[in-house]
Amino acid sequence: MSHMKIIEPGLLTTFQDDGRKGYQQYGVPVAGAMDSFAMQLANILVGNHRNDVVLEITMKGPSIEFTAKTYIALTGGKCPVTLDGNSVNMYETVCVHKGSILKIGQVYEGFRVYLAVRGSFDLPKIMGSASTYLRGRIGGLEGDKLRVGAVLSIKEISKNRYFNLRKMPEEVIPVYDDSIDVKVILGPEDDSFTPEGMKTFLGNEYILTHQCDRMGYRLEGAKIEHREGADIISSGISLGAIQVPSHGEPIIMMADRQPTGGYAKIANVISCDISRLAQLKPGDKVRFSAVRIDEAHQMIKAQEQTLTDLAAYYEKNEIVVSERARIFSIRVKEKQYEVVVEEIK
Amino acid sequence: MYPKCKYALSGDRGVLIEVGNTISEAIHYKIRGLVYSIEQCPCNGIVELIPAYNSILLIYDPLLITYEKMVAYLKAIESSVHEIELPPSEIVHMPTLYGGEYGEDIGYVASYNNLTVEEVVQIHSNGLYLIYMLGFTPGFPYLGGMSDAISTPRLSAPREKITKGSVGIAGNQTGIYPIDSPGGWQLIGRTPIVLFDPNREPAVLLRSGQYISFDPIEKDEYDEISRAVSAGTYQVKKTIYVKGK
Repeated sequence: MSHMKIIEPGLLTTFQDDGRKGYQQYGVPVAGAMDSFAMQLANILVGNHRNDVVLEITMKGPSIEFTAKTYIALTGGKCPVTLDGNSVNMYETVCVHKGSILKIGQVYEGFRVYLAVRGSFDLPKIMGSASTYLRGRIGGLEGDKLRVGAVLSIKEISKNRYFNLRKMPEEVIPVYDDSIDVKVILGPEDDSFTPEGMKTFLGNEYILTHQCDRMGYRLEGAKIEHREGADIISSGISLGAIQVPSHGEPIIMMADRQPTGGYAKIANVISCDISRLAQLKPGDKVRFSAVRIDEAHQMIKAQEQTLTDLAAYYEKNEIVVSERARIFSIRVKEKQYEVVVEEIK
Repeated sequence: MYPKCKYALSGDRGVLIEVGNTISEAIHYKIRGLVYSIEQCPCNGIVELIPAYNSILLIYDPLLITYEKMVAYLKAIESSVHEIELPPSEIVHMPTLYGGEYGEDIGYVASYNNLTVEEVVQIHSNGLYLIYMLGFTPGFPYLGGMSDAISTPRLSAPREKITKGSVGIAGNQTGIYPIDSPGGWQLIGRTPIVLFDPNREPAVLLRSGQYISFDPIEKDEYDEISRAVSAGTYQVKKTIYVKGK
């Protein structure tokens, strides 16, 4: 089995997939990748299942040594990346060799970077997912963020597939602005707010405070007026729910949110805008605008189509070679080539 | 309870089913009935259900079903929910060591309510507590049914770490901490039973709709049960709840 050794862990690096489903009724949060779109792009680039477990890197990346040849891809927030001192591109497959050292620098656009490895990481699933949930200390590597010296196992994959290096089309690569418009579905407790309060919410810019993590984002801005107070009888919280406690400033509930809560929810960020929200950093700005449920569902379908089309396009171009064939990587004038050598009868 | 449930959008993947606007056993039973009916005859596209005090949040996959069709399905479930016969509720028995270092606030709870420590133990262990919902931390039960005679305000400053298994009182609620966590509840005892273990199947011991009985034990019993729990040989005692008993 091949491995990745962690030389530097980065600021906050965890394992994430699509999270735990079906356990919120027992009080267990979903967790999973904050920017699920970027996670899926990374997996597609290395030929994995779209929701296989990847590394989620926050703000500043790790340095990693590889013990065998493998393929990786980096997506999400943009940052400088080097392999053995040479700069490599994000949003395309990178072939790494035994002893290669990958260094991921500081993010300059967005906030979270995703690293997928071909075959994915070999980790136990806890309640159906390998996602690290830090507060509950479950998932990933012993429920913890990456530490210096950690050794990550990579799953074996069938060798007799010639793997084309993949490059993400320019139009699919997300742009992460530091001031964004986010679409929301109003409710479920929009009737807890005055018409003036609704106007405040939809008409003003809110700033992301430093109190923002995988659980939730506290925003700062114009105070939203309630009708008769902020408290409701605790009920289930969807991903992207916008709670407004009595102080009048919104909190957006993210991947590690608790399953239930007792503050009125004025609106809920639509699924397709969660990823851009996940790439905000403290000081960035958000404006909210309301859309209808059918519009939100159209966007989910369009995004799903993009992802399935991409995966299908790459798979079509993948060549399956005979078991006797050998694949060599050769480097000529700084360019890397893969050569398949097979005996002809 | 509302004559008919209210259905509301909770983002583009959720339906919030509101059954009433209070906390009551009647509303809880309707929620149990709805959850049971949905589980018995699920429709394609349901991802999960999160039952709470007066509502259920249903998460669905919009690639498989529209919001309108999901609500139509739920209305059909609701119209036949009165015909459902629910399986009887279980009582889960929590052996509990009261007072001493395991429940250091019991003296305060007693003096706050002008009772003796023995009376606090007697009142607390006499109750049957309905699990309305789980949440807050993995496996934490929100319980109803505590006697007002022992209700006590929270600590003014929360403790940094409360040991898992601790049994506490906050206002007119009682509860058990499933994992080591910070908290401001008045601690009156501790159970050796493990409520949450991510490596166990099922990871969470309790279910909403069950009742909890706190059964007082002594230190030697506590140690004995602790050993059995660690060895994986302890069988949690469960009995059938009969209404009115």
